[in-house]
Amino acid sequence: MSVQQFMQNPWSNWMKGEGPDADIVISTRIRIARNLRHQPFPLLATDSQAEEVVHQVANASRSKAMSKAGPFELIMMDKLQPLEKRVLVEKHLISPNLAEESRKGGVLLSDDESISIMVNEEDHIRIQVLMPGFQLKEAWDIGSRIDDIFEKHVNYAFDETRGYLTSCPTNVGTGIRASVMLHLPALVMTQQISRILQAINQVGLVVRGIYGEGSEALGNLFQLSNQVTLGMSESDILSNLYSVAKQIVDQERVARRYLQENSSLALEDRICRSYGILLHARTVESKEAAQRLSDVRLGIDLGLIKNVTTFTINELLVMTQPGFLQRHAGQKLTPEQRDERRARLIRERLAAHSA
Amino acid sequence: MNCEECGKRPATLHLTKIVNGEKTEYHICEHCAQEKGDVISGFDNFSIHNILSGLLNFDPMAKNSVGGSSNSQTATQKTLRCETCGLTYAQFSKSGRFGCSDCYRYFGDRLDPLFRRIHGNTNHIGKVPERTGGQLKIRKELEQLKTALQQYIKTEEFEKAAEIRDRIRALEKKMDQA
Repeated sequence: MSVQQFMQNPWSNWMKGEGPDADIVISTRIRIARNLRHQPFPLLATDSQAEEVVHQVANASRSKAMSKAGPFELIMMDKLQPLEKRVLVEKHLISPNLAEESRKGGVLLSDDESISIMVNEEDHIRIQVLMPGFQLKEAWDIGSRIDDIFEKHVNYAFDETRGYLTSCPTNVGTGIRASVMLHLPALVMTQQISRILQAINQVGLVVRGIYGEGSEALGNLFQLSNQVTLGMSESDILSNLYSVAKQIVDQERVARRYLQENSSLALEDRICRSYGILLHARTVESKEAAQRLSDVRLGIDLGLIKNVTTFTINELLVMTQPGFLQRHAGQKLTPEQRDERRARLIRERLAAHSA
Repeated sequence: MNCEECGKRPATLHLTKIVNGEKTEYHICEHCAQEKGDVISGFDNFSIHNILSGLLNFDPMAKNSVGGSSNSQTATQKTLRCETCGLTYAQFSKSGRFGCSDCYRYFGDRLDPLFRRIHGNTNHIGKVPERTGGQLKIRKELEQLKTALQQYIKTEEFEKAAEIRDRIRALEKKMDQA
């Protein structure tokens, strides 16, 4: 796929709305941090040292074994406009950090965008696998296989006691960060969410907003991931995350049933009202869009809204982000112009489906 | 002062960003700050490493009992340096990031309290790279097999135990040959 297609096409594999427990688990992500031995970490690397890392990683990516997982397209950050980088961030293909701060940073993308390998981000290599629904094991298997292929071609920085050595002490050991994105509207509505979030922090997991550290949980979306990377095996990390996420999924289902049984009119009103607003509004701020889309998603899951698919909602979630809207418009927009375009885009997409 | 982005709402966030010695100031409102992701994410990196750096600076005081006054500890901390990349422990404390993989070796045991605080652990027990991990991979596998063997003996599943015993023998042979 060409660079332009990655930018323009809002479609990514994770948006399909398929996979196990896809009504609540929107996507699963595994990130594996690796570094090359005898190369300074990106923090201290000179331009030529960073280029050498890109060279080695790109070579490894062209190996025969990798072509089975690929083909991969290498995109260098210094070849992109700020808005283009922003679009890749909004599609969850690269981190804000790579977009903004890296010198000689790049990303290897697979055609369906389920695999992205960042080069010279905080670490030399960051393999990311993004899949729809609840698929921790599947995502890890793919990521680990790519890790094995790289390891055949490059010398990893690995230590017997510390494990895989990373730039930041928070990633050392396994170097893996596994996460699931959860849509939890009923737990938010029934005000149980804060109790759950508190409990999560006590078992070595963290919750963040959908665009990573520090970002707000917009539209009832919560990203649950492991905090500990040292002293636990990969399978322990995954099964710990799996069992906690599974419990939350079950609780969300219970809360949804409770709402349906005890306040079905209020619930239905809220969902249909949001759908109506999205179908007709002339201006929508990003925060409101996220909330209304969350209501419509819940409506689809509960069978109240039948002519819109989860795929459309996932697509809108990405397309209504500031970077994407501006890319679509082909120019920089003021927040007011964005609110107007956001409303128009949502109206058009939803109308196309409800006809 | 009004927000630089929308020009309407009052600016409530005032940020200074320094990239390659070039200083940029932002005065924006919260609404625009949320939309303008780069400012927000700039914040994140800052805060996460700030927190880490807080942990690191706290470290020498916690280790007072190891010996020497806190003054001499600070002195060693100042001179402690990774000989490969030149990063000093003091610089590491500030940025919360290593300069290269050898920093782990040069900063050695000093890292244990930090790892314990972040991970509750200091030793890796997960995946080992096939090629560069070499013997270690086999050794780890042996350890796991031996634990499993004990388990099977305990539960009197002798057929499975015998299977594991054979695998252990094969691996040990492989170790000896290498």
